[in-house]
Amino acid sequence: MSNDIAERVKKIVVEHLGVDDAKVTETASFIDDLGADSLDTVELVMAFEEEFGCEIPDDAAEKIVTVKDAIDFIQEHS
Amino acid sequence: MRRVVVTGLGLVTPLGSGVSHVWDRLLNGQSGLRSIQSFDVSDLPSKIAGQVPLGEASEGLFNADEFVEPKDQRKLDRFIVFGMAAAQQAIEDSGWKPEEDEDRWRTGVMIGSGIGGLETICDGSITVHDRGPRRLSPFFIPAALINLVSGQVSIKHGFKGPNHAVVTACSTGAHAIGDAARLIMLDDADVMVAGGAEAAVCRLGIAGFCASRALSTKFNDTPEKGSRPWDKDRDGFVMGEGAGVVVLEELEHAKARGATIYAEVVGYGLSGDAHHITAPPEDGNGGYRAMQAALKRAGLDPSDIDYINAHGTSTPLGDEIEVGAVKRLFGNAVADISMSSTKSAIGHLLGAAGAVESIFSILAIRDNVVPPTLNLDNPSPSCADIDLTPHTAKERPVRRALSNSFGFGGTNASVILAEYQ
Repeated sequence: MSNDIAERVKKIVVEHLGVDDAKVTETASFIDDLGADSLDTVELVMAFEEEFGCEIPDDAAEKIVTVKDAIDFIQEHS
Repeated sequence: MRRVVVTGLGLVTPLGSGVSHVWDRLLNGQSGLRSIQSFDVSDLPSKIAGQVPLGEASEGLFNADEFVEPKDQRKLDRFIVFGMAAAQQAIEDSGWKPEEDEDRWRTGVMIGSGIGGLETICDGSITVHDRGPRRLSPFFIPAALINLVSGQVSIKHGFKGPNHAVVTACSTGAHAIGDAARLIMLDDADVMVAGGAEAAVCRLGIAGFCASRALSTKFNDTPEKGSRPWDKDRDGFVMGEGAGVVVLEELEHAKARGATIYAEVVGYGLSGDAHHITAPPEDGNGGYRAMQAALKRAGLDPSDIDYINAHGTSTPLGDEIEVGAVKRLFGNAVADISMSSTKSAIGHLLGAAGAVESIFSILAIRDNVVPPTLNLDNPSPSCADIDLTPHTAKERPVRRALSNSFGFGGTNASVILAEYQ
């Protein structure tokens, strides 16, 4: 299950940021490593909410900086 | 005053993408008007439009991927994509690639739109209504704002000079070229990327213009015949979409780098009707004064003009009023002028119209040929004694051309382009 979440998260990141999937490691930062800007990260969080049917409040969203942060949050809340 | 010349052209229109493809098809009398297939028109009175044909660039069709990365396209309304594409064509055509800061600071952008991101606004409104504000994209506002064509073009190409956008309905494109030329004349910039972009052919856009009774509704089964300026059977305009962008450049700047010079911007006139939100006054005084002001600025007499690219939208009222204003202003010189409305082939591109039509005027000068007015089978009586270039293109000397644009709100602009000497 957790692998499944990780793969789905990575797939969304690849699609939204248009980056090579090899770059989307768990430690990769959306802004520093994957070329996202602040609006891209807002859109990413919305895409995670849509995909996993959860709500990610703004204060929690601010703490989602890396791919792993997103996977962890979703595992805890889904 | 510094002289301003045109050194780059870019076109995305219902006749295709790329200047040579569009121009060839226009001169061959082809029409870009079709039945609308991309959204439901079953309950709309007007079911035809000029939509940008999608496909392979090598065939003169529009491929957005050529100009904007696929991942970025969903962050942009289509009018911005069209504008960025026409701008890239024009910039590449001009060969101007400033690398030094000083050169970038002296290169600006002024690309406007009549309506802007209507489809994006429509979709965003439905999202908020149906699914709540949390589901609205963070790119909603920058995808829809009119000045974001200029913004995106400046970011992509590193142009750090004046960054501006015109919004004057159907006069937008002409105002953008005229105003941008003035920025160069007044030494605010050496190079300006100027024009207009529009993509309002969507369900809300067609419904809106239908509601104001502006569109043709009698030719839904024969879309290519829908736009017929000055013809007795005309019954409204046909919506078009696309973009036209030019690179304007100070003459000595262009000469110093050996740029190809297409034409010179010699005249520009502006006026307001102060009459009605959508209709021109019967005497066409606003259009008359815009043309008169452009001639004065150019230091030309009416007899110096060879070709008029008319506003000519195919509406019952406007077409004859424009011809009347031309006849009064040009007097006996009318006998030697050719006039045409290229909206007969591509429809009315609203905020992009004036820029696209200025480019057609420039190409008319380059090639000494006047593009035709399609579907002009039976001119209205008041339009009989003037050459409106019916059906087929006409070879003739074209040294100077005047392009008219008139917009809702009573806003008028005329631009005069001349062979560079």
